[in-house]
Amino acid sequence: MLSRSEVEHVAALARLELSEEEKELFAQQLREIIEYVNILQELPTDDVPPLVHVVPLKNVWREDEVEEHLEVEEVLSRAPDREERFFRVSRVV
Amino acid sequence: MEDICFLPAHVLRERFCRREISAKEIVTVFLERIKQVEPKVRAFLTLCEEEALSQAERLDQALARGEEMGPLAGVPVALKDNLCLSGFPTTCASKILANFYPPYDATVVRRLREAGAIIVGKTNLDEFAMGSSTENSAFHPTTNPWDLSRVPGGSSGGSAAAVAAGEVPVALGSDTGGSIRQPAAFCGVVGLKPTYGRVSRYGLVAFASSLDQIGPITRCVEDCALVLQVIAGHDPRDATSIPGEIPDYRSSLASDLKGMRIGIPSEYLGEGVAPEIGAVVGEVAAKLTDLGAQVDYTSLPHTRYALPAYYLVATAEASSNLARYDGVRYGLRVPAEEAKDSMALTRKEGFGPEVKRRIMLGTYALSAGYYEAYYLKALKVRTLIKRDFDKAFAHFDCLLTPTTPTPAFRMGEKLADPLAMYFSDICTLAVNLAGLPAISVPAGKVGHLPVGVQFIAPPLREDKLFQVAYALEQVVGFPSWRPPLEVIA
Amino acid sequence: MKYEAVIGLEIHVELKTESKIFCSCRAAFGAEPNTHVCPVCLGLPGTLPVLNRRAVEYAIMAALALNCEITPYCKFDRKNYFYPDLPKNYQISQFDLPLAQNGYLEIDTPSGPKRVGIVRLHLEEDAGKLVHVQSGSSSYALVDYNRAGVPLIEIVSAPDLRSPEEARAYAEKLRQIMLYLGVSDCKMEEGSLRVDANISVRPAGSDVLGVKTEIKNVNSFRSLSRALAYEIERHVACLERGEKIVQETRGWDEERGVTFSMRSKEEAHDYRYFPEPDLPPLVIDAEWVESLRKALPELPDAKRRRFIEEYGLPENAATVLTATPEVADYFEETLKFYPQPRQVANWVMVELARCLNAAGISITASPVKPQALAQLLKLMDAGIISGKIAKDIFEEMFATGKDAESIVKEKGLTQITDEETIRQVVREVIAANPKVVADYKGGKEKALSFLVGQVMKATRGRANPGLVNQLLKEELSRE
Repeated sequence: MLSRSEVEHVAALARLELSEEEKELFAQQLREIIEYVNILQELPTDDVPPLVHVVPLKNVWREDEVEEHLEVEEVLSRAPDREERFFRVSRVV
Repeated sequence: MEDICFLPAHVLRERFCRREISAKEIVTVFLERIKQVEPKVRAFLTLCEEEALSQAERLDQALARGEEMGPLAGVPVALKDNLCLSGFPTTCASKILANFYPPYDATVVRRLREAGAIIVGKTNLDEFAMGSSTENSAFHPTTNPWDLSRVPGGSSGGSAAAVAAGEVPVALGSDTGGSIRQPAAFCGVVGLKPTYGRVSRYGLVAFASSLDQIGPITRCVEDCALVLQVIAGHDPRDATSIPGEIPDYRSSLASDLKGMRIGIPSEYLGEGVAPEIGAVVGEVAAKLTDLGAQVDYTSLPHTRYALPAYYLVATAEASSNLARYDGVRYGLRVPAEEAKDSMALTRKEGFGPEVKRRIMLGTYALSAGYYEAYYLKALKVRTLIKRDFDKAFAHFDCLLTPTTPTPAFRMGEKLADPLAMYFSDICTLAVNLAGLPAISVPAGKVGHLPVGVQFIAPPLREDKLFQVAYALEQVVGFPSWRPPLEVIA
Repeated sequence: MKYEAVIGLEIHVELKTESKIFCSCRAAFGAEPNTHVCPVCLGLPGTLPVLNRRAVEYAIMAALALNCEITPYCKFDRKNYFYPDLPKNYQISQFDLPLAQNGYLEIDTPSGPKRVGIVRLHLEEDAGKLVHVQSGSSSYALVDYNRAGVPLIEIVSAPDLRSPEEARAYAEKLRQIMLYLGVSDCKMEEGSLRVDANISVRPAGSDVLGVKTEIKNVNSFRSLSRALAYEIERHVACLERGEKIVQETRGWDEERGVTFSMRSKEEAHDYRYFPEPDLPPLVIDAEWVESLRKALPELPDAKRRRFIEEYGLPENAATVLTATPEVADYFEETLKFYPQPRQVANWVMVELARCLNAAGISITASPVKPQALAQLLKLMDAGIISGKIAKDIFEEMFATGKDAESIVKEKGLTQITDEETIRQVVREVIAANPKVVADYKGGKEKALSFLVGQVMKATRGRANPGLVNQLLKEELSRE
């Protein structure tokens, strides 16, 4: 069901580096959890619509008006690394 | 001192407004209490002593000037540390946000301040609210004030323990699958999860956006109504918040329940629920009948599917909500030659095991080839669960269930077995899937441990919850309960 | 073997709203880095998106102008992928229920008009901007989030385009429509219009699709058609050699005039789309759509048809004058004061266009306003100035911003229509040029125009040309 290579694939999608032990552990634990959640497959749901929003709201919006921005120093003060007025990150390939 | 620390918030406010006690005195007493019990309880991650004292002074001056006092004037409040408070760290009990200071206040924080509340600190939680024991905090676990070897529940364990231990009369928590109600039950206090959309989520660090709600944890039902009154209401910054007037909740507090129809879904007393808990629910049913309610059994047939559906929906949303923690704009960064590796290493270093597990499960549930079998299937089951409730509410004003299948468990007992931990939310999470309001109130004790019952109402009928919970409070008398914390004076 | 190209375009258009799509930050281009940001568009923990109503309206307008069906119930979805310019590491977009579908756009081709299908149009948020830096041996990147959260519409065409020229015509027409609607400024150089192309080739007449490649990073319409032409040739050469085309994304190198593979360690794209729980659905009722439809401005095709019918303009003039709404407005505004369409059309397309080009400014910035142009043309009509002088005056007006009448007065450029004055000059010219006069009398008709020129020269061009002709002939026959 959930192979080690699948665990690695999912971890890559989630941008998560895992240790060897974590890969083993998660493969096993996720296998158990998925086995358990598979009881959902017993339920026939072909005619059932999915439910995302429990509150039936629609067309919620704001008018196109500009409000205050953050000060650039306030913005960059949280940055792990910066250069002048930019956020700085390592090489992007 | 003990007396003041265990006074309900509405009484504190009254005494403050009548100038029997100053806000500064109130804050000083509570800060003192916090210092005494924290070494044992460890409910807090951050204290805002100076801020709280100066806020108290401002209130005292305002009162002296004869200004009108807000509904929570002089009341110390603690915030779960996933609620943004400008100027203080908001860590979500995670290493990845250990140094994160939000530049803004959550909407609920703004409303609390406007009501005169005094924020004294930020409480511990399971990392990103993922857990049922507060053991998943990256910093330290919190204990249950009733038994220090047991968990306070979670994920709002810090908030529930702080209220139970008399460190604050009011705390806010967040509830995605039971995270307010389950710890409230374990700690012998009142916890409310409002209707989805009743309270703005702006400033609540998201775990699962379609399930998360902020709610109060208090020592009595009246305080709970009072706090909801303050924090509820439409917020233009949250597109899922419900517009419209908020009823006067305190007017629904009455001690009789004549004509109220209460249903007990039999599925909630079945497999996995401890017999002692079932017995407490039975006693509560009898008390409610004595109070004039009509109590009958009913059925929510899809209950057993709630837990799997919940874990798929919640983790799928979480995998996306937590993607932003990558070390680029704020928070922890582990450097690497390439930005991509830096992100992956930052997330490896910054997230704890439960968070990683849930990100993995959620990513898997959304990934190509599995979306329909898992995520979409869960959303469809969510519809079935909501329909069960709709049908039940055609016959009942509210439903009665246990809040938890067992009393507070021992620390470490379920850490190695994620599924066993997930089962401790078995009674609470269907409510989140359906977006309903539910309250947990202490109903009795099993041995030395408090246990709670849960009432569930139709959308926006928090008034029904307050009515029934208040009536029960009058006969159970839990606000006078004191955890056996030996305080060295 | 003969091959045909199959091309589809994905065009991103930034909408010209005041604020961003999900927060109240200014959406304008060109600010200092990280100054148009707030907790929401930076994806700070705890923040939530709230939809900008005008962005939806602009998108509906664009969809209507592209003859799309508006989806009555649509929603937003999260597109999940990690990239440093994406603050939340997901983009709020639309997946299975886009705002609009099934439209078309008509383009002109050498073989007549052609309908190009539009598969879908959806609304989404833009990402920030990444600047790659190479300094010494170290390379890193800088991020500016000003653009993060600017509203975008993505318009996906059907694979109906068959040549680089058609692709270019489609993209230009789409841009023209967006400009007419006023929903975007569509500046490719600023990234407010971005074109990606999917291209494959197949034996002519086949209905099987070949393996496609995607071309990104073209920054002008010219580059688009060059890149497509290059890519078609590359595909054909590849197939002729019996090789297989690799499905991939390719960039366009403007300087070398080649496309190049952009594949890095390619991860399988799995965007894990799911419904955005923070945003309730959009229900777009017919009433709203109709009110927006009614408010749509006249679009290029309709305007061009009207210019031909109403003003009797030739087709190419109508095309030029409707190229942008500003040119068309200038033309029609001038007509209000001087209702001679052909005359005005000529002046706008020739004199005004030449001056604007030379000055490198747009028509809205023209120093000569429509009313001023009309005044000039009236002076010419009234015979106060000649056509030749009118052109000089126009240049003067353009350079100085003065109106025609004051220039005429200042420089004494009024046309001479007094017979006696002109006759005097004519006589002098005849007297001074006996040889030319003799040529004329000897049957050389051309000699007359030389004499006309001499009269004009002597009057600094102010003499009425008709009178000059008439009087010259009179005087010459009298001798």
